[in-house]
This record gives sequence, C-alpha cells and structure tokens, in this order.
Amino acid sequence: MAYLELDRVAKQFGAQTVVDDFSLAVGKGEFISFLGPSGCGKTTTLQMIAGFLDPTRGAIRLEDKDLTAIHPAKRGLGIVFQSYALFPHMTAAENVAFGLEMRKVTRSERTERVRAALAMVGLAGFEDRHPRRMSGGQQQRVALARALVIKPSVLLLDEPLSNLDAKLREEMQIELRQIQRTIGTTTILVTHDQNEAMSLSDRIVVMSQGKIEQIGTPQETYEKPASAFVSQFLGKTNDFAATIDRTATPARLAAGSWSAPAPAGLSGPVTVSIRPERIGFGDAGLNAKIVTRIFQGNHWLFQCDSECGPAIVIRQNDGERQPAEGEAVRLTWRPQDMSVRGVA
Amino acid sequence: MRRNGPLALIFHTIFVIVMVAPILVVCLVAFTPEGFLSLPTNGFSLRWFRAIANYPEFIHAFWVSLGLGALSSFVALLFAVPAALAIARYRFRGRDALAALFLSPLMIPHVVLGIAFLRFFTSAGLSGSFAALIIAHVIIVFPFALRLTLAAATGMDLSVEMAAVSLGAGGWTLFRRVTLPLILPGVISGWALAFIQSFDDLTMTVFLAAPGTETLPVRMFLYIQDNIDPLVTSVSACVIAITMTALILLDRFYGLDRVLAGKGDTGR
Amino acid sequence: MSAAAEERNARAPWALTAPALMLFVGVLLIPLAMTVMLSFHDWGQYKGIEPVFILKNWREIATDPYYAEMFWRTFRVAILTTVLTAVLGAPEAYILNRMSGRWKSIFLLVILGPLLISVVARTLGWALLFGGNNGLVNKLLMSAGLIRSPIPFMFTETGMVVALAHVMMPFMVLSVWAALQRLDPQIENAALSLGAGPITIIRRIIMPQIMPGVLSGAIIVFSLSASAFATPAIIGGRRLKVAATLAYDEFLNTLNWPLGAAVATLLLVALVLIVVGSNALIERRYAEVFR
Repeated sequence: MAYLELDRVAKQFGAQTVVDDFSLAVGKGEFISFLGPSGCGKTTTLQMIAGFLDPTRGAIRLEDKDLTAIHPAKRGLGIVFQSYALFPHMTAAENVAFGLEMRKVTRSERTERVRAALAMVGLAGFEDRHPRRMSGGQQQRVALARALVIKPSVLLLDEPLSNLDAKLREEMQIELRQIQRTIGTTTILVTHDQNEAMSLSDRIVVMSQGKIEQIGTPQETYEKPASAFVSQFLGKTNDFAATIDRTATPARLAAGSWSAPAPAGLSGPVTVSIRPERIGFGDAGLNAKIVTRIFQGNHWLFQCDSECGPAIVIRQNDGERQPAEGEAVRLTWRPQDMSVRGVA
Repeated sequence: MRRNGPLALIFHTIFVIVMVAPILVVCLVAFTPEGFLSLPTNGFSLRWFRAIANYPEFIHAFWVSLGLGALSSFVALLFAVPAALAIARYRFRGRDALAALFLSPLMIPHVVLGIAFLRFFTSAGLSGSFAALIIAHVIIVFPFALRLTLAAATGMDLSVEMAAVSLGAGGWTLFRRVTLPLILPGVISGWALAFIQSFDDLTMTVFLAAPGTETLPVRMFLYIQDNIDPLVTSVSACVIAITMTALILLDRFYGLDRVLAGKGDTGR
Repeated sequence: MSAAAEERNARAPWALTAPALMLFVGVLLIPLAMTVMLSFHDWGQYKGIEPVFILKNWREIATDPYYAEMFWRTFRVAILTTVLTAVLGAPEAYILNRMSGRWKSIFLLVILGPLLISVVARTLGWALLFGGNNGLVNKLLMSAGLIRSPIPFMFTETGMVVALAHVMMPFMVLSVWAALQRLDPQIENAALSLGAGPITIIRRIIMPQIMPGVLSGAIIVFSLSASAFATPAIIGGRRLKVAATLAYDEFLNTLNWPLGAAVATLLLVALVLIVVGSNALIERRYAEVFR
C-alpha cells in the first residue's frame, strides 16, 4: 500500500498550468527524486505536499488521510529549503530546537534530541554557532538536522545541495544517502541535477513542463528512457534517425550503414538512442569521421561526423591506440544497448 | 499562503488614508470659492490659483528654487564624482575619515548648518546672496550625490576599464568614453535626489535667504507665519502636482525605487 | 608594479578628493568652528556681538529652567514621534511586503511619495485637518465615539507629534522594508513547516530579524524629529518652542546670535552623542547575528 499518494494533482496559476495530472505512489522508506529543468513544476509539486500551495485539482494522501485538509503547521513534514531558510538570529541548537518547542517537548528531552540530531549530521560542538558564522555545508547540515529532529513522516528536500560547490556536494550526497538509510525516513528530493537524482534515489520521477515523463529506477530511466526528453535530460545521448523495414525477412532496423534485426512492434521511421559509452569503433557499422578528440583522464571523448549526423563517443582510457582526428571510423553498438522509439 | 488577513487590511487602509489625508486636504482647500480656509462645499473655484498670478513673489521663489536646485546639484556632482571614484577604487590612509566627512551633512541638523552658514557668509560679506545659497546647498546635497555615484562606481567592473586601457585609451578619453557612461545612471539619480533635497530644504535656507533670494519653501513658510489664507494652499497644490508629475515621469523612465533607495537609509 | 605606477597610485586618491576636501574644510568645518566660537561671545541689546570668550550663554542655558524645559520638550516630542512611527510603520511595512506585485508598488509609492513633497505643504495639511476645536480630525474622532470632547491639536505637543510622525513615517517604513527584503523568502514557510502558528512566526522569527531595521529607522526618525523646524514652527506656534525654532528666533528675531549658537551647538553635540552611541550599541548587540 502506498504511504504517500498523489492522485492526479494539478496546479494552475491563472490560466497557466504549472503541474498537470501528477500521480505517484510513494512507499514507506522510499527515496524519490523529482528531476527536471527549472520551471518543470517539481518545486510546485513539493510545495503542494508541504502545504504552502493548494492543489487546483487532485488529492494528496498520507497513510490514506487527506493531507490537503491539514494546515501546513500540523502536517509534521520535515523540509530542507534550497536557501536552507535557517533562522539567522538563532544559534544552530536553537534552530534545531524550534520545531520541538512548537511540539511542547520538555526542555530536557529537547536538549538531548537536539544534541543527537546535530551529532548525526556531524556538527557536534557547533551548538552555539550562529548560521551566518557557518560555512554553506554546515548550514546545510543544520537545516537537515532541523528537519529531521521532529521525526517527520516525510522529508522534503528542495534542491538542498545546489548552493554547495562540486566536491562538497558529492560528499553531502553520500552522507545524505547514509542518513536516510539509517533512519529510514520517506524522502522526496527535488533537483535539476541528474547525477544527484541517480546517486541518491530509489526511483526518479522525470518531469517536463508540468507533466511526468517517466517514473523508474535510476537504471531504468537512464537505459530505457521513455521519451526523447528523458534520454536527452539524463546524460549525453546520441539520437539517430533509423527505419524499420518489415518487408525484409527477417525484418531489419537500419541506421545508415548500421543494421540489426528489428525489435517487435514498431515499423517505418524510428529514432534510436545510444549512450556514447556504449558505442565502439569496429570494422562494420555507421560510417563516421572523427572531428575532435578530447582527452579527459580516465576516458576519451570523440566528436564525430556520421552518416546520421553528429555523434558523441566515449571510450575508456584502456591504454589501447585510439583513432586520431580526421580518421574515418565505423561506429557500432549492441542492439540491446539502444532504445528505439517511434517518431512522434 | 502568505496573505494579509482582514485585520491587516483594515490597518493598512486606515494607515494609507492617514498618510494621504493632509496632502489631499491641502489640494481640496485650494479649490475653495471662499475667502477663508474651508473645504469647497459650495462648488469648486479656481480663484485662488488665479490669485497666485497677483503675487509674483511665489513665482519668483519658484524659479529661484528651480535654479538653485539644478545648479547646486550639478556643482555638487563636479566635486562628488572624482571623490567617489577615489573612495571606490583606492585603499588609502584616511579613506574612511574622508567618507565620513563627506557624509557628515546628513548627521548635522539643518538648523545648525543654517546658523553656521549665516555666520560664515555674514562675515564674508555674502549674506543673502544667491552665491551663498548655492554654496550652502552644494554642502547639504553633497552626501546624496556622493552616495549614489559611489554605489555606481563600486559596482562597476574594473576590467572594462582595463580593457579600454589595453586598447589605447587613457586619461580624459578613458573617463569620458568608458568610466562616465558606465556610472552615468548613478550620477543621474544622484543629481535627481540632490535636486529634490535642495528644492525641499526649508530649515537651512530660511536662515540664508533674503528678499529676492527666497526659495519657494521659505516664501511659503514666511507667508504662513503672517497669514493663513487659501492662497498658500493653492501654491502647495501646484507644488504637489509638479512633484507628482516629476515622480511619475521619474518612475516611468528610471524607476523610483532606485532614487528612493538612496534617500532611504539616511535621513535628510 | 613599477615604482612610478606605485607613486601614481598613492597620489591619485588625494588628487581626486582634494577639491571636495577643500570645499568641506572651507565651507563646512570653518563655519561650524565659527559657530562654536560664537557661542562663547557676548551680546547686548545695544552693543551687538562682542568677540570675547565668556561662558555667559552656556551659563544661561544651564541655569534658566526655560531652556531645560525647551530641550526636554524637544526630546520628548522626538521620542514620542519615534515610538509612534515604529509602532505603526513596522507593521505597515510587513503588510506591504506581503502584498502582491502591483498593489505593493502602488502603495509603496503612496506611502513613500510624501517624502518628496514639501514639508511645509504636508504640515499645512495637518494644520487644516486639526483646525481648532471643530477641525476635521476632532469631528471624525468624536463621531466615531473614540473621544467625548475635542482634543486640542493646534499649538500642542500632541499635534506636533502627530504631524511629525506623518512627516517621518516614510523613513521608518523604508528602513523596515529594507530589513524585510533581506529576509529569506522561505523563512516563514520553514517556521510553518516546523509547526509554528502566525503569532509565533511574527514574534519569534520576523520581529527579531527586522529589529535592526526598526532601530536604525528609529535613529533616523529621532534625529530628524529632534532637529525638525517647519512642523514645530507651524503646529507649535510662537509659544511652544523646540530647539530648532528657538535658535531661529534668537537669530532672526531677537538677534542674540551667541545664545542661538549655543543652543544650536548643544543640539548638535547631544544629537551626535545619541546617534553615535545608539549606533554602536545596535552594532554590538547584533554583531553576532548580522554581519
């Protein structure tokens, strides 16, 4: 049974539909990411769950109770804001204690829980520090402790790592995942960073223009993108125009000089998507010429000009000789590494 | 979510009414047909606006105010722009003290400045002259001219200037072709704010003005001291109308928030 | 950097600030010094100003209760004005900040616009509204049942405070407004999500954060009110003197310049001490929180 359920939720501002027909069932303890470019409606959806916005249509249920009927102050959700929204006039400990105070938790229990929460996020000893005297990463941890200390039914994270630099962001991702695993709080993360969504979540909800494009595990969304948008948004990809010829026996799928037995179902013009790291250089396949070759440490990045348009190829730096710029190559890949979509 | 409740809106309505009421009542009384101060209950009349024409002192005072404001703001900028560039660009000993000195007219009550200038110009033999008014107004508007120019100069990307230097510009050309155009918005709003300050000042000017160099606020104040009749309300109504027009134009073409932000956290 | 460039860099700021510096020394510092000097000179009805060094004016201010009363009135009016603007202006700024875009800019213009309208015109408006016992304000208050008999506004401190508060209100609203702009837009949501109600949010989250804005607004309003001239002169009339109007009288009516200079000097010193002192206090109090 779903723990948190969004049932055909929609949000309109005036004539503009920001979120439309959003349905999702979140299991208890699950880590879900809303992934999409800015303006895709992911933050709006989060705010509706939090209660800062009311949905125009649809229902939001938590353990089968209607969440929209509950005042945001009584929902008991933990939220980490993009800006952290720490109370600048309170110390770290006072920030964390605030939610407990509102719940009339006794002073002694409060002190104990605040201490434990700050220790959990690695900030033991920072109790009396004011937020403005802390680094971005430390503020982030205070915000997390403040949201978790009230033992929220759901933890909502609104782009929590976007204000951190790359290295710190990676560290916090790992830590966030560990903390979430340890305490098992159902978590929803809003992000525009596909790496963040992939490394943290059990399932990803890919959104575009207010609609859900795909719901799936990180691997599913990466390897079997349900739409052109998903394949483009999740990492680099090559989209080639291809055709499926059902008159031949057996039926074949051909992209330029590359061909393979056709999958069941589609016919006529289609689009095939192949990740750059799944393409190899071989003796047969798509005719192409290397335009630029870029060395990136553990791998090589090739930009090619192929029969089917520009193509990107990534090869592991395994010490073998790699084709030079200007060299003619054949691009090849295994049929199971590509996804095939009909042309819309 | 973050909406104002009914109580807040009631408070807001009363607040706005009280803020507007005195200005509104001045404008209304200006239209009275009576010979004394009263609300125009028996129809509107323009007699008190026509009466301004028979009282050339007000018209003369208006031109004095206008010229004084324009000129003193311009002169203040001549001094303030180089000073702002120096304070924005260089870290030198005495920088903070200089900045404090240049902003000090904000801290000094205008009545004190009026007395000091009266004393000074009397001993210099300039008392009551237009020149004395200009000099005094340059001092009181200087902080406003300086601060907005300073904000523009501080916000300016220095590498733009370096680029110009690398292309062979230098000295006056550099200033005229690159620096000045970049800080011009700040300079213009500095001038506008300075002008408003100068145009509005009563407290200091009342000490310095003599018949012939009386500014509009001074003339109005002295007129009220002697007799309150609807004439002063019609003059006020004209001033209010001119200010409103200027405000709307300024807002349209420049953005009032930018000008008001300069006035905001200071004082006078 | 070459030695020549270094020298140029050391000299440039002084070359650029020299004109303004000379202007300020010549026509600000010297006149102010002359005023302080003037306060120690002697004056007589027939002999005029005598450039001697005596403490006569200062002794008169210190001993004559008239001056003590006048200064006390000046500061009492300034304090009441400050409190009134803070109590009304801070909530208004908060309400304004919560309005939607278009209304916000309209009302901001309505409230801040008077700042640019001549103080004489605004005070005249209050004089018209007060206008004796059957002035508009009294009529309104009586018909609303808030008062039973008319309150005298003209030529009273009450009237002065009301009119001054109106004149100074934009400064307070602007100052609190600026503090509100620095607030994290999600801060109220954060408090809400932790279970805080509206009153708790205002008391525990908003108030402490806008306090520096209220206080710096209060300093501006206080110093401007204490040295205000036009409003006390028009509303207070000839009898109810404050420091600025008294100094004006001594200079332009009685012609006792040395005494007027002493009053002005005392006002300046008192204000500078109060403003600098309270600024330092506020900075120390909030240094931990707001860098």
